[in-house]
Amino acid sequence: MKLWKSTAAVLALTLGASAAQAELSGELRIFSDMSNPAPRAVMEGMVADFGAMHPDLDIELTIIDREAYKTQIRNFLTADAPDVANWYAANRMRPYVDAGLFEDISDLWAEPEIADALASTKGAMTLDGAQWGVPYTYYQWGVYYREDIYNQYGLEEPTDWETFKSNCQTLLDNGVKCFTIGTKYLWTAGGWFDYLNMRTNGYDFHMQLTSGEIEWTDERVRQTFANWRELIDMGAFVDNHQSYSWQEALPFMVNGEAAAYLMGNFAVAPLREAGLNTDQLDFYQFPTITDGIALAEDAPTDTFHIPSGAQNKEAAREFLRFVVSADNQTKINAGDALGQLPVNSNSSVDDDEMLNQGFAMLSSNAPGGIAQFFDRDAPAEMASVAMEGFQEFMVFPDNLDDILNRMESTRKRINEQ
Amino acid sequence: MSQAINDQTSWLRRNRLTVTPLLFLLPAVLFFLVYVIFPIAESFQISFYRWDGLGEPRYIGMANYEELWTDRAFEVSLWNNMKWLALYLLAIPAGLMIALFLNQNVVGIRLYKSLFFFPFVISQVVVGLVFTWFYDPSFGLLNKILTGFGFDAVNVLGDPKLVTYGIIAAGLWPQTAYCMILYLTGLNAVDPEQVEAARLDGAKGPKMLWYVILPQLRPATFIAFVVTIIGALRSFDLISIMTNGGPFGTSRVLSFYMFEKALSEYGFRMGYGAAIAVVLFLIMLCFIAYFLWSMYQDEKGAR
Repeated sequence: MKLWKSTAAVLALTLGASAAQAELSGELRIFSDMSNPAPRAVMEGMVADFGAMHPDLDIELTIIDREAYKTQIRNFLTADAPDVANWYAANRMRPYVDAGLFEDISDLWAEPEIADALASTKGAMTLDGAQWGVPYTYYQWGVYYREDIYNQYGLEEPTDWETFKSNCQTLLDNGVKCFTIGTKYLWTAGGWFDYLNMRTNGYDFHMQLTSGEIEWTDERVRQTFANWRELIDMGAFVDNHQSYSWQEALPFMVNGEAAAYLMGNFAVAPLREAGLNTDQLDFYQFPTITDGIALAEDAPTDTFHIPSGAQNKEAAREFLRFVVSADNQTKINAGDALGQLPVNSNSSVDDDEMLNQGFAMLSSNAPGGIAQFFDRDAPAEMASVAMEGFQEFMVFPDNLDDILNRMESTRKRINEQ
Repeated sequence: MSQAINDQTSWLRRNRLTVTPLLFLLPAVLFFLVYVIFPIAESFQISFYRWDGLGEPRYIGMANYEELWTDRAFEVSLWNNMKWLALYLLAIPAGLMIALFLNQNVVGIRLYKSLFFFPFVISQVVVGLVFTWFYDPSFGLLNKILTGFGFDAVNVLGDPKLVTYGIIAAGLWPQTAYCMILYLTGLNAVDPEQVEAARLDGAKGPKMLWYVILPQLRPATFIAFVVTIIGALRSFDLISIMTNGGPFGTSRVLSFYMFEKALSEYGFRMGYGAAIAVVLFLIMLCFIAYFLWSMYQDEKGAR
């Protein structure tokens, strides 16, 4: 940790020096979707710091509600492009890259400070052999569980499918649901599919499936659903999950009616706020299902891009360099800021139980690969049909054939376009 | 001389009887063209294209409509629209009942009327939230009552068979209040002399209502019918708030499906969304044509 910090300091010095050489002036317009309180403070802090480094630069920051941003970005990229804009990695960039609305910033990625320090996320930023943005944060997915309940029934963190299921059976025998989930907004079921499929068939298969190269009616996909069905038939998930959002599913875990939650790290903050302390809340990596398949993880990455219609691309590039710099990464991903993982390998991870486990898992125990998340890896249209199918499957598992046929016809139609 | 002056009076002056109404109509017509007619034409046009809203639209003929024909989600939405249309009309008799009940002079009647009217004043979003909590499978009032009487709990909004009826019930609450207020004002205009005369002839109860009161309420009934049909076809906010179209798309109606396909996070199939909009427009057109025809007949009768 100490070593990182010192190298980070050196890097920051060199970066600061190079920044001072290029005197930036004019206006820098930034549109951001970091509208929740903590991300908003981070974004405003970054603008303040960057502004202090470049006093001649006039920075104008516009923060837009995170959900509204998803539709507004289409308008402002075409009509009134800012110099820097937030978005997401992987296939989510596809519409804007195809329409030529994002600037190709492969030149930035060729610079040694970025090429070396951000190597782990380069794949997620690459489409058609070029890079279209830089990441600023990412977070792990995995099973967050009630340590005290596991201890009460003498359960260990499972590393294989059999233990995973036997743990669950023990919990059910004691009247505790194994997993809470709220599928009202569908995407939470996508997380379960990601993990079950990556553990059953591996990362490469999962990527081929989400990119539409493999039929949904394939026997291997059916095997994934068969594994899922084992849990559903046991009654592992809370009842009526189709009526709850992911936040509304939290109380089941807080009240001890359910013992675990397959979620992103953002669930930790509300669980802690609801009163769960470090002895009650812990984390484990989703266990192996098929032996010999390398473990792969979901770790969604949030990003910054330069629209191709930007006016001040020089300043925008400098801002992107600043965002991914080791020092800034350490600062904005700290527990009192975003509370997530820095993308720069020279940054230090905040000393937080979950972040440390997540960082260790992603850097040393995810040899299979890092996926973005179902609705970022699959085309949007496929994602909406498929996630609806996942929800239906979780309620009516007998409808599987019908669901898979529907998904397959959607895949065919998308591929024909 | 005077002949010459007459000839010189401007064209405008001579035709002012024709020009004045046209000038008065011009702003409204302009806005109507820009905000109603052109968008409708554009929807028709876009529905023949494949377009993600960013790139170049590509002409694909009737392909969007052919896909609609085989799209089960579209079929479900269409059926749900029919359920909405049929069941939403219950607001009219219900509103009439309440209006008749409240049409009396007792102390505090204004307060009671306001309380009954209250659900129409609050936002549909709030109505949706209130009913979501009412139906909630774990702490909702409905299930507390059901289990209290020894029945099994039902997850209304999570059951594909019940969900649309559950949302319609929520929608009927404010819509009934709206119909009630329409009938209350209508009842004020009922001619007391006719009621008196009918009473002397021995009419009372249902017969009085059917033959004497209701014919006089015809204008109110017509308006109630219009706003209820429009309300049923516009049922978007309640669905969005209560279920987001779920579970697995079983509570969607055409307007919601159109929004999902064209404008939501995973949508941006503008052509397909436009095709759905065209179908919805054609359904609405049936009702609009009927309303216009019916009003035209009334006007003719009044002359």
